[in-house]
Parts: sequence; C-alpha cells; structure tokens
Amino acid sequence: MRWDEFFVTGDPMIYAADASIVLATIAIVAVLTYFKKWKWLWTEWLTTVDHKKIGIMYILAALLMMFRGGVDGLLMRIQLAAPEMKFLESEHYNQIFTTHGTIMILFMAMPFIFGMINVAMPLQIGARDVAYPWLNALSFWLFFAGAMLFNLSFVIGGSPDAGWTSYTPLASLEHSPGVGQNYYLWGLQLSGIGSLASGINFIVTILRMRAPGMTLSKMPMFTWSVLITSVIIVYAFPILTVALALLTFDRMFGTHFFTVDGGGMPMMWVNLFWMWGHPEVYIVILPAFGIFSEIVSTFSRKRLFGHNAMVISMIAIAGLSFIVWAHHFYTMGAGPGVNSFFSVSTMLIAIPTGVKIFNWLATMYKGRISFTVPMLWTLAFIPNFVVGGVTGVMLAAAPADYQYHNSYFLISHFHYVLIGGVVFGMIAGLYYWWPKLFGFKLNERQGKHGFWWFMIGFNLTFFPQYILGLMGMPRRIYMYTNTDWSALNMASTIGTFMQGVGFLIICYNIYWSIRYAPRTNEADPWNGRTLEWAIPSPAPYYNFSRIPEIKEMDPVWYAKKRGEKVIDGPLEKFHMPSNSGVPVIMGGLFFVFGFGFVFGWFWMAIPAFIGILICMATRSFDYDDGYYVSVDEVKKIEGV
Amino acid sequence: MTKKGLVKLGAILPFLLLLLTGCTEKIDVLDPKGPVAQEQYNLILWSFALVSLVLIVVFVLFTIILIRYRERPDNMDYEPPDTHGNTKLEILWTLIPVIIVMALAIPTVQITYGLEKKPEQEPMKIQVVAADWKWIFKYPEQGIETVNYVNIPAGQKINFQLDSTANMNSFWVPKLGGQEYTMPGHTGYLMLQADEPGEFDGKSANFTGEGFAHMNFKVIAQKPEDFDKWARETKATAPKLTDEKFQEIIKKGILEERLTFSGTHDDSVIETVHQYRKKTGESGGHEQH
Repeated sequence: MRWDEFFVTGDPMIYAADASIVLATIAIVAVLTYFKKWKWLWTEWLTTVDHKKIGIMYILAALLMMFRGGVDGLLMRIQLAAPEMKFLESEHYNQIFTTHGTIMILFMAMPFIFGMINVAMPLQIGARDVAYPWLNALSFWLFFAGAMLFNLSFVIGGSPDAGWTSYTPLASLEHSPGVGQNYYLWGLQLSGIGSLASGINFIVTILRMRAPGMTLSKMPMFTWSVLITSVIIVYAFPILTVALALLTFDRMFGTHFFTVDGGGMPMMWVNLFWMWGHPEVYIVILPAFGIFSEIVSTFSRKRLFGHNAMVISMIAIAGLSFIVWAHHFYTMGAGPGVNSFFSVSTMLIAIPTGVKIFNWLATMYKGRISFTVPMLWTLAFIPNFVVGGVTGVMLAAAPADYQYHNSYFLISHFHYVLIGGVVFGMIAGLYYWWPKLFGFKLNERQGKHGFWWFMIGFNLTFFPQYILGLMGMPRRIYMYTNTDWSALNMASTIGTFMQGVGFLIICYNIYWSIRYAPRTNEADPWNGRTLEWAIPSPAPYYNFSRIPEIKEMDPVWYAKKRGEKVIDGPLEKFHMPSNSGVPVIMGGLFFVFGFGFVFGWFWMAIPAFIGILICMATRSFDYDDGYYVSVDEVKKIEGV
Repeated sequence: MTKKGLVKLGAILPFLLLLLTGCTEKIDVLDPKGPVAQEQYNLILWSFALVSLVLIVVFVLFTIILIRYRERPDNMDYEPPDTHGNTKLEILWTLIPVIIVMALAIPTVQITYGLEKKPEQEPMKIQVVAADWKWIFKYPEQGIETVNYVNIPAGQKINFQLDSTANMNSFWVPKLGGQEYTMPGHTGYLMLQADEPGEFDGKSANFTGEGFAHMNFKVIAQKPEDFDKWARETKATAPKLTDEKFQEIIKKGILEERLTFSGTHDDSVIETVHQYRKKTGESGGHEQH
C-alpha cells in the first residue's frame, strides 16, 4: 500500500482536519507537560474505576462526538440548501451521511446514556460504585477505542460510505472495496462489546446493590429505566456482534453469508441489523424517559403519577421492541401476512408510550411547575416527541409506508424522536445532575438561550422535511434538480445552523459556569426527591458515608417533610475498589488490534491480541481487592 | 411556554391547509394518479386524521396545565397534593390509544391484503432491472426494451417485476403508488396503474452508492391505442439490443439518457451477472490491498 492510499488526500477540508488534529494533539501534550498534569491525568482519570468519573468521561466523549456528528449534519445541509449545489462531491457526501448516522447513534447517544447512567444510577440506589467497577472502566475504554478507530477513518484510509445501516450487497467487498467499511465493522464491534458488558454490569448493580429497604417497587424511575434498558442491551447486542462478525468474515475471508452468489442472502444482514437496530432505539430512549420522569416530578413538586403504570409501560415497550424489526423493510415484499403482523405490533407500541405521556401530564397537573433549564428541555420533549411518535404510528401502517419509506418523511420522524427524545433528555439530565457532580449549577440564563435556539432550530430543520418526504424527496441523495424542493430545503438548512448556535451556546454555558459560577456546594439545589440529593455536592468518591435504610419512594422528599435526616447513624470504615491501569491499556491494545484488522495487517493485530490476553491474565492473578476508607478520612471530607 | 404550544400548532396548520385546499400538485404522495396511490392516500389521510386527534388532545392539555400550574409569585406557598396515581384515569388513557390503534390497524390490514389481491384480468408484464445507475425496462410481450423511461397504457394494471444486477434499490413512482425493493438474486413485483395519460416521476429510493442521485426515470402513461402504436413502431424501427450493448449498459456508471431498443435481453444474463462480473473482473472498483 502506498502512502497516498493510506492517508486520505486531495480534499482541502481533509487537509484542514489533518492539520487541526496534529495541532490539537500538540496543544494537549504541551499543556499537560507545562502544567505537569501527566500524573494527575493518569491517577485521577485514565486509571479511575469511580463510576462518576467514568460517567464524566462518557459525557465528554459524547459532547465531542455530537460536535463531530453535528458538523457532518451541517455539511450535508449546506450541500442540500439549494438544487444542484457543488459544495460536496457524491463520494464525500455519502461518507458524511454515513458517519453522521453511525456517530450520532453509537458514539453520541450511547455514551451519553452510559454517562448519565454511570453518574446517577449508583447514587439513586445508595451504592458506593457499580457491581464491577473494573469492568465498567474496561467498557468505557472499549467504547473509546471503537469511537477513535471509527473517527480515524476520516483521515486514514477513507470513511465508510454505505450508510449507517451498511446494507449488503452495497457494503460487501465487491461494492465497497475500500477500508472504510472495515472501520465501520471494527469500530462498532469494539464499542458494542463494551456496551454489552455495561448492560450486564448495570443489571447486577441494580439487582444486588440497592440500599436496604429499597424494594423494586420503591426504586426511582430512572433506575427502573436503566434496568429495563440493560435487559434489552443484553438481548440485542449479541445480535449485532454476530452480524458484524459474519460481515467481517465475508469481507476478510471470502465467506458468503451476505453475498448474492455462493448461496448468501443480503436480506439476512438487513434482518439481523434491525433485530438489533430496533431494540437499540429503545435502548437510547428509555433512559431519557427515566430522566424526564425524575425531572417532571422534581420541578412540579409532585410525586410521579402512576409509578406502576410507568414501569409496566416500559416493560411492554421493551418486549414489543423485539417483535417490530421488519417495519424497517415492509417494501421487501414479504407478503401481506408478515406486513400485517409487523404493522399491528408496531402500532401497539403507541399504547404504553401514550400512557407514559399522559402520566407525565398528570404529574404536572396540580403541581407547581418551575421553568428551570432541565425542566424546559423536559417540557419541550413532550410536544416534539408526540409529533415524532404519531408520525411513527403513520409509518407503521404498511401500505402507507410504501410511500414514506426511504423518504425525508422517515428522516424527519426519527430525528423528532431521537433528538426530541434522546438528545433533549440527555441535555436535561446534564443540567439536572451537574450540581451533584461539581457543586455548582450551570448558568440558567445562558442555558435558556441555548435551549430556545436549539428548540426553534430543531423544528425549523425537521418539520419541512415531513413535507419534502411527501413531495417525493428520497433520503441519501447528495444533489437534487427539482426546484419545487428548494424553499423547504433552505428553511431546513437555516434551522440546522440555529441548532448549531444553540449547541455552541450550551458549550459556552458549560465553559462560563466552570470558570465563574459560584461554588455553592448545596447538597440539594433543586429540592430533589431521590437519594442522590442526600449526599454532599460534589459527591465524595465513596458516595455514601453510611448506607441509608429506605422505607418509601422519594425518601429524601419525605424525610425533608418530616424534618428527618436520610443519612444518619455512626460512621464505620468501609471498603472501596482500587484504581487500575489495565482497562485503559487494554483499550489501547484493542484499538491497535482493530486497526490491524481494518488494513488486514496480521503482523499488527496478532501481537496486540497477545497483549490483550496478557492483560486478561494480569487481571485474573490480581489479588488487590481494594482498600478501606477510615472514619477519620470521611470526617475530614464531610467536615463533621 | 404557552407561546411554544402555539408555535407548534402554527407549524401543523399549513400542512392541514395544504390538504384542505387541494394545493397538493407538487406534493406527489398527496396527488394520487392511480388506484394503488389512491388507496395509500386514503390510508394516509385516515391515519393523519386519527393522529391529529391525539396531537390536539395532548397539545391542549399540555398548554392548559402549563398555564394553570406554572409557578408564579402569588402561588409560591401552594403545596401540590401528594397523589400517587389514579387507576380509573390510567385505564381510561390506556383505552383511548387502544381504540385509536384499532381504528388504524383494521383498515391497514384490509388494505395490505387488498393491494395484494390478484387482478381479474391478467396484467401486462414489464420487467424492471435496476443497474448501477440506470433503470432498464423490458417488455417481454412487446419484445422491446427501454432505459430510464417506461411507457405504459393508461387504465390498465401493470405488473412490474423487479430485479437488480448489482445493489438493492427501490422502485418508486409516488403518484402511482408506493415503492418496492429491487433485490439482486430475487424477483419482486409491484402492481401499479395510471388512471389517465400523463408523465410521472420515478425515483430510486434505496441508496446504492455514488451515482444514486442521478438514477431517475419517467413513467409515461399513454392512451392504450397510442401505447400499442408506440410499441409496434419501436419494435420495427428501434436499434436491436445486442448482448454486447446490454453488457455495456449494465456496467457500473451513471447513464442519464433515455434509450430505446427492439429486442430484449436474455433473463439468464441477470441471473448470472454476478458470476459474469467475477469472470471478467468488472467488480466496479479496484481490489483491496
């Protein structure tokens, strides 16, 4: 392979990206060296097993990826702003929409939910960490390795360009001969294994590590959503792992699972992809539902309406999520029986979702609603998600879907549910739990500006796309000639820039608040209800100096009413897990392993794999089982 | 926040107006020109009416609750009641979506089966081949072949048989009816009909790579007698489609012009096209490594 095949060449934007990557790397290294922060970085962050720090790293990565995916979106919208634009070539546009989709789902939404879960779930159940802190760190580093590998394709070797769904035969070696598709396969494979491990970790944490007295029926709604999500992860992700492995075999070793000749079936990929892909959208939406439930209740000063109905609805959604996958390809023509079944099963999802919407409304009914930034995002979620949801019901009707499928109507639908649901939820959660992590609130005034820019821009971007879809504009075209589509496309592009402004305001909001916001260190800044608001802010590394006894739902709220303390009793020494450098090293080795496979360089992949085995052996013979935190240290930290 | 509710309603209204005023000529899906598109249009309208009901109820409740129960300087000492839930209400708002879903599911299933019903008279057959990146239409009964346009007799059901030489595309003529995938190695079909003569946009809907956006076609519906005349003349006067010519056409590449041939390609060419490619090394790109 020649060097100009290795590096992506010929496009000024790519050279600019090369330069900015090199400069940013030099800048980071220089700053760390100048301020002598290497040791701090290693001991405090890279080797940490503290779920809160891992959560922060997930969120940071998610915001970075949101920036990358957002820039992809902006570039696409510039190209589509007017007919016959010459801004991007077809090849470049195809790469950009592929990376936009893949990054937004797998490297933005997924780490964002894992970040929120890591930050809040152990605090809500009164645990000092997750069940397997070491594995938790490994999950993060696997995700990070996968994300970096995928992003590297932009400058080395070329990005995948067969869509985030990567349908065969287009994604086969015959039609996508470059290394881009290999990046897709290995980037997803590595982060997918991390996700699966996280799912197992969270299930065990929730089932085994709740504070005494916190029965499942007294568990906070966000934690419930995490439990159900984790179960979906454990059932769905192995399907992705297998599908990716089979396609990798096809591409690397000449097997015929998804080829047209040699007895393969391209549609099998489509089935497997969506058997994972549909549960995946519920994996990202359910934790957002959990966050909204917490926030609605807190800022209405009212208990969440219908706790049991909310839980049953989520379980129903989780169950249904596994029997609707074929609605992504009604137009395969599997016959009226199949299409009828999947139409009806898809429509059924509207029922539990509708129940949830009404229960949120009922929670606000007779409440006292304060419009804080987290509540604004939650309130905006309701109408926007309902628009996305009802158009989902319209799409569920198979004969009508024959007209919406692959059109901008579909694009608009899933952006309404994924942005209006997941992104709004994650930003709401970020504002809500920020003071617990850092001891100060993000500036509310700036936050509201960011919110309105994003909200209005979002609707301006995606509402016109419903009509464009009905006008017959197919998705994934890099260029159109039909001038009837110009006005709505231009509106959509303007909306995208408004969303970009909103995102920048939110980033500035974070930067400004870190520098200037007053450090109030209030334990309970929002007048909260659940256990995380009983411990000091910022949360100490051990979370709970004493594990509270739980008697009811919303223990902090009712304890405040009665003037009681939730965390009380004599201090005793307790046990915590030690940090470990092995997960981050393993992450690095997995990255090298994946990179070797992307280019088919076994001389690189095999030593990396041996390194991974050595790491696993090291872990197996590691007899460091943690340390004790003394009463004196707790007294010192909590100032008692 | 009340403003936002209004903004949302304002966004829906133009859509409703579009439907009501019939200003839908440019909105292909809402301007059906054949029975299949018509049935799908009816279902779309019915589903839109049902979901509009849901939208109105949710938006009205949402707006009222936000106005009525927002925090104001004068209600700061109001302490909300400690309600846990209300079984009757929750059953009610479980049943409402159940009814709405049933109201949509029943016609959906009926139309799904209805559209698959065998027509009484044997429809005319046209074989569609999606190649990268052009559409090929073979008239086995007339013995002619066209590229990037397809003439059909109006008022008659056409059975489009869908095939692909390379990637999976999707055959879509919005004004005549919804789309169907064209899968390599598997023949699908789509029954469409144009009621009146006219010209309709046909599209590629499923992404197939570099030339995807350039792969469009026209459906031209003619009076049956005009169609017969055209078919006869084409058969007599158009250049003959040779094997070499056909191989040249299906080679990977953008081809936007309209072509017309007498004679047709041999179906076995499509079946063996992948093996054919392997033999001649025309994989459409350089090999890896």
